[in-house]
Amino acid sequence: MGSYRTLRDLDWGLLILSLLICGLGVLQIFSATQGTKWQNAWWKQVVWVLLGLLLMWLISSIDYHTLLGQVPMLYASMVVLLLLTFVVGSKIFGARRWIALPGGVLLQVSEFAKIVVVLMVARFLTELKTEAIHWRDLLKLVGLVGLPMLLVMKQPDLGTSLTYIPILATGIFLAGLRWQYALSIGVLAALLIPSSWFLLKDYQKSRIETFLDPSRDPKGEGYQIIQSKIAIGNGGMWGRGVTKGTQTKLQFLPVPHTDFIFSAFAEEHGFVGVVVVLGLYFLLLMQIVQNAQTSPDRAGMYICMGVCSLLLFHLLVNVGMVVGKMPVTGIPLPFMSSGGSGMLSVFMMLGLVHNVRLRRFVN
Amino acid sequence: MLRDDTTFAIWRIAFFQYAVVAVFLFILSGFWTLQVQDNLIYSEAADRNRIKSTPMLAARGKILDRDGRVIVDNHSSFSAILSRENLKDEHLPTITAGLNLDQEDLLARLGRWKSVPKYRAIVIKEELTPAEIAFVESHKDPDTFPELELVRVQHRLYPKDNLLAHVIGYVGEVTEAELDLPDFAKYNQGDVIGKAGIERQYNEVLMGTDGERQVVVDSKGNEREVIGYKDAIPGRSLQLTVDLDLQIVAEFAMEGRRGAVVALDVRSGEVLAMVSRPAYDPNKFAGRIRRKDWDDIILNPDKPMFNRAIQSNFAPGSTFKPLVALAALEAGVIDDKTTFNCTGGMSFYGRHWGCHLRKGHGRVNLQRALEQSCDIFFYSTANLLGIDKLFEYGDQLGLGKETGIDLPFEGKGLMPSSKWKARTLQQKWMGGDTVNVGIGQGYVNVTPIQLALMIGGIANGGIWSRPHLVNDPNRRETHKLAINPVNAGSVIYGMYGVVNLGGTGGSARLPGVEVCGKTGTAQLYGFDTKARGSAIAKDLRDNAWFVGFAPRTNPEIVVAALFENGEHGPLAAPIVRDVLKVYFDKKSRQVTRTPTLAMAPLGQKGFAVN
Repeated sequence: MGSYRTLRDLDWGLLILSLLICGLGVLQIFSATQGTKWQNAWWKQVVWVLLGLLLMWLISSIDYHTLLGQVPMLYASMVVLLLLTFVVGSKIFGARRWIALPGGVLLQVSEFAKIVVVLMVARFLTELKTEAIHWRDLLKLVGLVGLPMLLVMKQPDLGTSLTYIPILATGIFLAGLRWQYALSIGVLAALLIPSSWFLLKDYQKSRIETFLDPSRDPKGEGYQIIQSKIAIGNGGMWGRGVTKGTQTKLQFLPVPHTDFIFSAFAEEHGFVGVVVVLGLYFLLLMQIVQNAQTSPDRAGMYICMGVCSLLLFHLLVNVGMVVGKMPVTGIPLPFMSSGGSGMLSVFMMLGLVHNVRLRRFVN
Repeated sequence: MLRDDTTFAIWRIAFFQYAVVAVFLFILSGFWTLQVQDNLIYSEAADRNRIKSTPMLAARGKILDRDGRVIVDNHSSFSAILSRENLKDEHLPTITAGLNLDQEDLLARLGRWKSVPKYRAIVIKEELTPAEIAFVESHKDPDTFPELELVRVQHRLYPKDNLLAHVIGYVGEVTEAELDLPDFAKYNQGDVIGKAGIERQYNEVLMGTDGERQVVVDSKGNEREVIGYKDAIPGRSLQLTVDLDLQIVAEFAMEGRRGAVVALDVRSGEVLAMVSRPAYDPNKFAGRIRRKDWDDIILNPDKPMFNRAIQSNFAPGSTFKPLVALAALEAGVIDDKTTFNCTGGMSFYGRHWGCHLRKGHGRVNLQRALEQSCDIFFYSTANLLGIDKLFEYGDQLGLGKETGIDLPFEGKGLMPSSKWKARTLQQKWMGGDTVNVGIGQGYVNVTPIQLALMIGGIANGGIWSRPHLVNDPNRRETHKLAINPVNAGSVIYGMYGVVNLGGTGGSARLPGVEVCGKTGTAQLYGFDTKARGSAIAKDLRDNAWFVGFAPRTNPEIVVAALFENGEHGPLAAPIVRDVLKVYFDKKSRQVTRTPTLAMAPLGQKGFAVN
């Protein structure tokens, strides 16, 4: 395609929103980790954001149609890499999720698999020739998403594997699903979810039990939820002020720079701060939806909506968890939680959205 | 691609947008609840997380005698306290082993504290031995046993040999049951309060206000900063009216016996000495009492916890006769010339009534009747007087009701009347009842302190003050019974004769002091059933009483002694004499030391006796 696509044509609104949230995230990491062994996390985070921007630019510069053409190859390498984690993966906290790269960098394959899943779903649905999905296509698609899900679940990493579901579900919803199918899926899910209880690992069961009743285990699993709720409530309307959150500073709040960064933020900035940040997230999601609406073709739309639904799911599960409305699943908050793989993967996905944006006037 | 436009999905994307809005509202509602609605609850929770308060226990006030000598003091010791917030169940066995505690006991204690907020620490062991202190010191680190803590406390130190045990009482941790009572609402779980005696009566004076040290801690329990420090305010000292010199002598005289001694200042109602035997060791209650010690005290048939001086109700026996005499003189049914002929027995209401002297006293007047404690004289006098007139005087001299002494759980005794019998027994008062009461038997019952009060009132011409152990101007109360001083003088002279003119109480005589008194031998059951002379179970033998006061004019001190199962009144007289002797010995010493005080002339006759 042509060389007229320049930086000027990026979705600047989207970029600014994402960088604003990242900036708040860095500040919060700084505030929460001051004087702890993680006190270097904030500048590492800056590095990750810059790297993410670079990857974003790279991804946006390759036409997404080209990327869609490579889906079989991408999918195959994803499955291989996921299988590889079982062989060479570094075991941390009892799970093999990371592949060690030279230079001490740990790569979480399941994070990058999200991008492949988004592309794969987009391509699959674009190639459908019918008005609504036929059940054979549906099964195929479920199988294609189900394979990486299963592999990630076995690492074990239930949280990340669940993030593939909204991509699939949103895609199917947009492509059109006959009501009979929707109904049977609903019935099937109603039957499967209780029986899947027996497939869960003990720690996963106890997390769900603890979610239902945090006081059941106030010093263990429930401790995190209780302390997170106390931190948030302690923030009140206006917050305790930067570095003044007692829950955060005195380490009652577990991992206040990663999974629980939003409760640390809520303690220091209060309800007003929460409204502001959630407002930024909301505008960001709406910006992505707008890109879906102005997409030149279905593939672009599916890509944008896949990314949007994934981010929405992350937000719902992570923020819902810290506020006590969702069970504890170790999934990070996009743009804010400290961590490399998540940051890179989320900027790569933004790269896909920019990619669609850049090509909206083609046809 | 044929159909590659996105228009088909327009409404679905719109639907998705609504879903996004719904998710955001759902999340925001969570923050609204926590941060705006329940903000206070959670900031308090955050404060509880980070603020730890350690109690600084206040020392109780000392208890002093009337001369300022310390009776009850405190000593400093260490206690181990447990912070339940940081408690790890797997640490309990180590803690119980290190502190020589019983795990069951500790678990039960933790159970009782369930309803109290967790940030309040509990005392698990007091009076730590050096080894136990070392154990706590070496384990209390935040990294090992964050729940353990060492505090210095002030401990109650009571006198040895059970001295003044019943008056002082003892302290203990407030119980669950007590906390439910309205009087105890001001106390908190774990507070040490007075449980008996002065410790209980004046708890609010003696008990200080605990201080507190507040620190900010992190999640590991490391102290980050001290934010609050409130000093403990020790309790105030309390001075008793008790004179240790008299008390010790009285205690010594009662050693190994069962009974009570009460010494009152006739003029003011001040309690100078109060003994009840057997006694218990309050020091055993000062910490947490051991089960075995408790059982030893509670299951003892002699009831050592019972303060006989104010709680035991016994027939006064012949010590009641001065009251009968006074009432009869006042009522005019006899005068000091009236005589009755004692032949060793007499018939009233168809029944034979014996005198304790089988061969009889012959013709006796009031003077001799008191001296020799002639029963026939008082049967006859009481019979002439009638119970209700007698009741009037007994009632006004404090019998049959609490004296109002500043000690808890006082007994009432019983001053019977015809109304009383009709009301409680639904029976008519019989003439024989009066005859029996005439010698202090039958329905009448007194506590030792009531007896001292009543005799003191007669000695003082009908004026008596509410007895008390602590001088509190607000509680002072003086009663005046209008009696003819001549009548009072006759009775007093009779009591003088008891001791000094060959009467039954000769062993109470003191050289240089005009001691007056009255013996009493109160039966625990009637003449009829009692097999005189045969071996009787020890606890069915007669109670020996003696009540004495001195000097005869302007009396200062009255002493009542009860020697349970002592058989004969005269046996109680030396106890009273010993107490009186110390009182007057001490007084004469003080007078010589402070020569400005005019020495009261001893041995003069105050009354012209007909």
